[in-house]
Amino acid sequence: MSLTDFIIPVFIAFVMIYGLIKKVDIFGEFTAGVKEGLSTVYEIFPSLFCLVVTIAVFRASGGMDLLSELLSPVFTAIGFPSECAPLAVLRPFSGSGSIALFDDVMTRYGPDSFPGRVASVILGSSETTFYTLSVYFAATKVKKTGYALPAALCGDVAVCVMSGLAVRMLLGC
Amino acid sequence: MMKWVMAVMLTAAVICGAVTGRMKEVSESFLSECTSAVELSISLAGIICLWSGVMRVAQKSGITEKLAILFSPVLGKLFKGLRKGGKAMQYITLNLTSNILGLGNASTPLGLSAMREIEAEERSSSPEKASHNMIILTVMNTASLQLIPTTVSALRLQAGSSAPMEILPCVWLVSVCALTAALLGAEFFRFLCNRREK
Repeated sequence: MSLTDFIIPVFIAFVMIYGLIKKVDIFGEFTAGVKEGLSTVYEIFPSLFCLVVTIAVFRASGGMDLLSELLSPVFTAIGFPSECAPLAVLRPFSGSGSIALFDDVMTRYGPDSFPGRVASVILGSSETTFYTLSVYFAATKVKKTGYALPAALCGDVAVCVMSGLAVRMLLGC
Repeated sequence: MMKWVMAVMLTAAVICGAVTGRMKEVSESFLSECTSAVELSISLAGIICLWSGVMRVAQKSGITEKLAILFSPVLGKLFKGLRKGGKAMQYITLNLTSNILGLGNASTPLGLSAMREIEAEERSSSPEKASHNMIILTVMNTASLQLIPTTVSALRLQAGSSAPMEILPCVWLVSVCALTAALLGAEFFRFLCNRREK
């Protein structure tokens, strides 16, 4: 049991009790909210489905491995451990996939090694960009996402460039 | 945009599969992954329903509005043209606060509602084009800002790390850099787009 385990239960209980004090019909409003939530899922399902399948097929074909192999000279040039290259490439595409790759780095090099630390920083400071973008825009009528993807990828590139540097600077290896 | 992502990945998958001789895996992954896509959606549905319910109660009792007003000086600078304390701003605030607190499961449904509220409030003349505020919100969500990256520290502990939390300062530094880069990127690409239109 840690302190973070308290956040969610205490928050939910607080909202409900505060609602009661403010004379809100908490059961009625809660169920109305659930109904709204379900229709959100119903609407995002088609694009989510499509993307999950496409990414998995791309990964199964070995395309992901090829991509990280092609990029490895670039990574070495910026002082980024090439052991983490597949993780850096997969990170924007798949959350579960990057956890799998992270685990791979952990068992092969250890969590307190340089690649292990860099892998931890990557996983902790970035998101599944493509998933996030597609889910967020699926909630609206937007078809043209404009400059959202290039801007988000700027962030992912910054993670790659900075993670090796940050570990060297702050942890000394 | 998404149609190109899809087309490129599928074509690449077929070519890679054929060249590396992994066509069997490619073929199998179509069938197995459509099941896991449904499973993912169902587990997502549970979490989204829970938080939508909680947040509706929070909204009706006025908590969300108070939070949104509290954060509006900072967020008002990033999101221009949205009503102060309006529904869109409320959801944006809650989405970003739950991100920072590491409540990843809570932040997605809040973010989706924020997107819809931005859309409703802006009532753009070309609804199929993403607005700057929408882009800023999604970009902020792709640069995971977290006080305590719970998943990573749990995984590190499990792997036998002697100091699972030692990466925290690195994670903060890198997250802030990523967010800055993404926001600067958004401004830069907006500048390019505007120039091209003129």
